[in-house]
Amino acid sequence: MSETEATGVENPEEGAAPLEVSNLRKTFGGVVAVDDTSFSVERGSITGLIGPNGAGKSTTFNCITGVHTPDSGRVVFEGEAITNLNPNQIAGKGLVRTFQIARELSEMTVLENMLLAFENQQGEDLWRSVTPGLRKRVIEEERAFLERVWETLELFEIDHLAHEQAGNLSGGQRKLLELSRALLTDPEMLLLDEPMAGVNPSLEKKLLERIHELKAQGYTFLLVEHDMDVIMENCEHVIVMHQGRVLSEGPPAAIQADEQVIEAYLGGEV
Amino acid sequence: MTDDEQSNDGSERQASLRERFEALPRWQSDLLLIGATLLGLYALMGVLGLVTGLGVSGVTRTLRAVTFLATAYALVVLALNLHWGYTGLFNIGVAGFMAVGAYTMAIATADPDPGPAGVPGLGLPVPVGIALGMIAAGLVGLVVVLPALRIRADYFAIVTLAFAEVIRLLITSGALREFEIAGRELGTGGGAGINFARLDTVIPNWVLYRGGDIEQGTNVLGYQILTLTNAIGIERTMVENWLYTFTMILLVAAVFWLLVRTGNSPFGRMLKAIREDELATKSLGKNTPMVKIKVFVLGCAIMGLAGIFWQGRNGYVDPNAFLPIVTFYIFIALIIGGSGSNTGSVVGALVFVGVLFEGPPYAQRIVRQNVDLPRPSTVYDGVVALGGGDPMPLIGYTVGELPNLRFILFGAILIALMIYRPDGMLGHRNEPASPIDLRRERSPREGLADTASTDGGEVDE
Repeated sequence: MSETEATGVENPEEGAAPLEVSNLRKTFGGVVAVDDTSFSVERGSITGLIGPNGAGKSTTFNCITGVHTPDSGRVVFEGEAITNLNPNQIAGKGLVRTFQIARELSEMTVLENMLLAFENQQGEDLWRSVTPGLRKRVIEEERAFLERVWETLELFEIDHLAHEQAGNLSGGQRKLLELSRALLTDPEMLLLDEPMAGVNPSLEKKLLERIHELKAQGYTFLLVEHDMDVIMENCEHVIVMHQGRVLSEGPPAAIQADEQVIEAYLGGEV
Repeated sequence: MTDDEQSNDGSERQASLRERFEALPRWQSDLLLIGATLLGLYALMGVLGLVTGLGVSGVTRTLRAVTFLATAYALVVLALNLHWGYTGLFNIGVAGFMAVGAYTMAIATADPDPGPAGVPGLGLPVPVGIALGMIAAGLVGLVVVLPALRIRADYFAIVTLAFAEVIRLLITSGALREFEIAGRELGTGGGAGINFARLDTVIPNWVLYRGGDIEQGTNVLGYQILTLTNAIGIERTMVENWLYTFTMILLVAAVFWLLVRTGNSPFGRMLKAIREDELATKSLGKNTPMVKIKVFVLGCAIMGLAGIFWQGRNGYVDPNAFLPIVTFYIFIALIIGGSGSNTGSVVGALVFVGVLFEGPPYAQRIVRQNVDLPRPSTVYDGVVALGGGDPMPLIGYTVGELPNLRFILFGAILIALMIYRPDGMLGHRNEPASPIDLRRERSPREGLADTASTDGGEVDE
């Protein structure tokens, strides 16, 4: 008893949900995209966020990551309110996202894409990059980054594409690039918006393997996905959204049996 | 058979040349490209001029004019490439920032007591004026970019264009022709312009004479230069003229160096990323607004510098030097060279000035030197004569209008480029933004398999 208490004091965040969303609301003109949505994501889990088209999943993602400013509600990450922060500040706190349509930087090579991800690079300071003495340090740091880039590229098996312009990659390869790039930012938690869309089955398997490996390493995932099989087989916890609200929440088996969910997907309005 | 073999040989040799060029470190291949373009241009104009009897002095005069203008363009095109080519900031107010630089310098250095006709200035030394001009252009850039960060790219373009026009109209306006600040009489001179120290005299004088004063005799460097040039029979005035052009070349070299380092760095990588997709860049934790501010201010300061050395060389500026058309010429030069490439910016400036801008008037001079063509006053006369079976008046008219016809040429070239080579001459080059030459990086795993390809030239320093 006293032992667990002691560890609790040492790591106050341990066990607590890293991401908590409460009463989130976002409207566009007259359309209520997200309406009073609350949920939390457990540490070290893969949580799925599903729902029919227009359910507000992507808007929720955008509100969490600062792309949109919610009209009301709160987003708390690692015990800190991040509701009105900029996307870059939120990413800096370790909450990193990928996009539904992969946002690779097309006219930059895969290596450049990957190298961009490292946070707080010395060379991002214009002065240090330009001044003769200081540039040496930038180069040394770049070498260290490159080593990690190659490791990651090999892990994702896209190292043969390193010199290719990202725009020349196939849809699935772009998804791999985006995920591996997001990893290099040293995130605590990854928000993946439809990571499997447009990805062929063998690549999908590979992506999922990676996600499970990363989960084993302690990363937390929240993913939006349309493929029910993917969600049901890989997530511990599923959140179902419908018409801007959380309709149901629970382990996959319970969700599959939920009448309301079936209704939302099969019948009723889309 | 033998023919085939020979041509095979030839293509192999070509291929190996190409390979050798590609194996060079980045900075060497860049300089080689720029040097080759410059020499090619000189050779073309020089040979043409000499063969057609323009004479050595005529040719060198033209070459100097072309070099001067090309370096002036190169400075601005490099700055614009930083804005548009790298960061995707669509700045179409380039002329405005040049005007701010040139006018600040003019007001700072103009004689405080210019007599009845002139406009008084602060009478500061020229280096101070140049520094102030760059600072002012940078600060004005800051003022423009702050509100513009919140708006979309196309509106940003409108803001910059409107801003450049506001600057030009302010300079022209009677209200600012002469004003008083803290008891000092100052002014822009309105439409009449403003006079100050001639840069193309002041700067050569610094290089050649003690304390920049011709009365005090030559300094050490000046003595060496003048003795040498005297020995090969070059006049002193020509030396002075070329010295200003050399100063411009040094400026271009310095700015090129600065911007190549800026581009080939993690900072430059952020710039390219912002151009490609700002939201994705933000989502990777980059503070993109801050980066945009820095880069815009830096580019504007360089534009100010270019305005000073280009439009201010004669010790006189007036608002007509900063019409929006200047901005568009600079864009054409950048598009020809290939936006996104610093090397391309310089090559584009050389080609635009040498071939498109100065080429047609040069061709006119050559033709007039050699052929005595009729000079009808209207195209109508030419067409009538053509109807009568005599094409000479029409040809004569066309040659007479060559300097104006080049504006049609600009348009045609631009359209052709957009269709056949939208990346420009060098925009397709793979220039990864990193202090390390990423093109030569190999995966460690692959490196174990063949070590041969990994050795040699990896760092660009």
